[in-house]
Amino acid sequence: MTGSTPIIEATNLDKFYGTFHALKDVNLTVHSGQKMVICGPSGSGKSTLIRCFNGLEWHNSGKLVIDGIEVHEHSKEIRDLRQEVGMVFQQFNLFPHLTVLENLTIGPMKVRKISQAQAEETARNYLQRVHIPEQADKYPAQLSGGQQQRVAIARSLCMETRIMLFDEPTSALDPEMINEVLDVMVELAETGMTMVVVTHEMGFARKVADTMVFMEDGQIVEVSPPEQFFTNPSSERCRMFLDQILEH
Amino acid sequence: MSLTETPGMKGQPLPQPPAIQRFFGSTVVSVAIYVIVIGMIVWGSFTGAQNMGYNWQWYRVPQYIYSFTDDGFQFGELLIGLGATLQLSITAFILASLLGLLVALLRLSGLVIGSAVAIGYLEFIRNIPLLVLLYLFYYVLGPIFGFDRYTASILTLAVFHSALISEILRAGINAVHKGQWEAAKSIGMSTGQTYRYIILPQSVRFMLPPMTGEVVHLVKSSAIVSVIAVAELTTFGRNIISDTYMSFEIWFTVAMVYMVVTLILSVGVSYLERRYAVDQ
Repeated sequence: MTGSTPIIEATNLDKFYGTFHALKDVNLTVHSGQKMVICGPSGSGKSTLIRCFNGLEWHNSGKLVIDGIEVHEHSKEIRDLRQEVGMVFQQFNLFPHLTVLENLTIGPMKVRKISQAQAEETARNYLQRVHIPEQADKYPAQLSGGQQQRVAIARSLCMETRIMLFDEPTSALDPEMINEVLDVMVELAETGMTMVVVTHEMGFARKVADTMVFMEDGQIVEVSPPEQFFTNPSSERCRMFLDQILEH
Repeated sequence: MSLTETPGMKGQPLPQPPAIQRFFGSTVVSVAIYVIVIGMIVWGSFTGAQNMGYNWQWYRVPQYIYSFTDDGFQFGELLIGLGATLQLSITAFILASLLGLLVALLRLSGLVIGSAVAIGYLEFIRNIPLLVLLYLFYYVLGPIFGFDRYTASILTLAVFHSALISEILRAGINAVHKGQWEAAKSIGMSTGQTYRYIILPQSVRFMLPPMTGEVVHLVKSSAIVSVIAVAELTTFGRNIISDTYMSFEIWFTVAMVYMVVTLILSVGVSYLERRYAVDQ
């Protein structure tokens, strides 16, 4: 583990959608600088879990502390928290009525109250980092899926976040665009950013992750370092899952 | 013109529609039918008026629209009335939009009491005839709160149209993808900021077409305030008729004036629609 300070601490989290038990007694600690990859079959609660980490979903019981802020539906500091925790969505969710540059500057300008000039400088900086500085004045619909997802990553980075959550960032992409997004994520990992990634890209996981988490049926089944996870997972269910997705 | 002669088409031409369908589908025939039907209507009304012994005096109409005197161009009574109608409609529309937005946001707030108030308001307004609502404002609320006929008519139109406008706004807001809310929240925006910078700008293009219909509707329904003698286009028309007995000419003219205004509105908005047509 890179850092030793816990930055996300989930204790006995439970989450229900109506009568559906989406998260069952989840305990998980993410340390500062850690790269965690969460995988598992669909409907296992991976997305729900990381969506709880920035208040897009609320847990029903248990305790969730992120960066010293206790997260729950009525916490006053949730907006402060969201500025610290960035989220990259499967469907990109760029703002279609704004240019790429405006997508990147609107958060810093309106939320952090940073001047336009400064916000644009930061934005161009991050566009450079995701390798699309020349697209600044285009609209999202004019970009390819891979480029849109990189803009979405830059948009989160512009908020100077300390934790980045990725919710299946490459699942909606055409195969030839997956790598350009993963490359950006690998570079981001090298900067020491704390990352929690829900993905089925096991090549990426092997390269970047320092902790692998396997979830099934709303529960965390396995937490282990990648060497052990890929070669000798302790649970039978995890082994079967890996066999299935690594077969081809 | 014939597709069979188009170079580069290698396959068998598809069968043509039946001859009768081609005949009625052609532009020339459609226009001809249209002209004949309109001609019959016009001819019918003129011969009808003739048989009544109606004395057409179209030459007297222009002075009520405009005139030239020594001081130059003068607005006629009908144009002055039109000005009043527009002023009334614009004021009422602005009020109706604000009220409608408030009701829509209440309904979307997720608060039980908010939606209850909104739904109660909507059902109350939607199930009262406009004329009765006008009488309520003028004869009941007017004396109680001490406002005049002009205020009563503006409030009536605003309240009546706010109900439909709130539904248009709500539908437009709901039409924006849920992911936009999540993205805005995830960069720390408040609900107000999300509405202002993300949701409402994107809703505009969903709202424009029904909103145009609503403005046109409002301009037309503003004519009803003539029953409480508020000075506007229809009232002026009625006054001219009681002076001159030219009911056919004046009502035709008044109808045309309304039509011109609402057509200009529709054309203007379809231009705006093209401008706001951002592809997703």
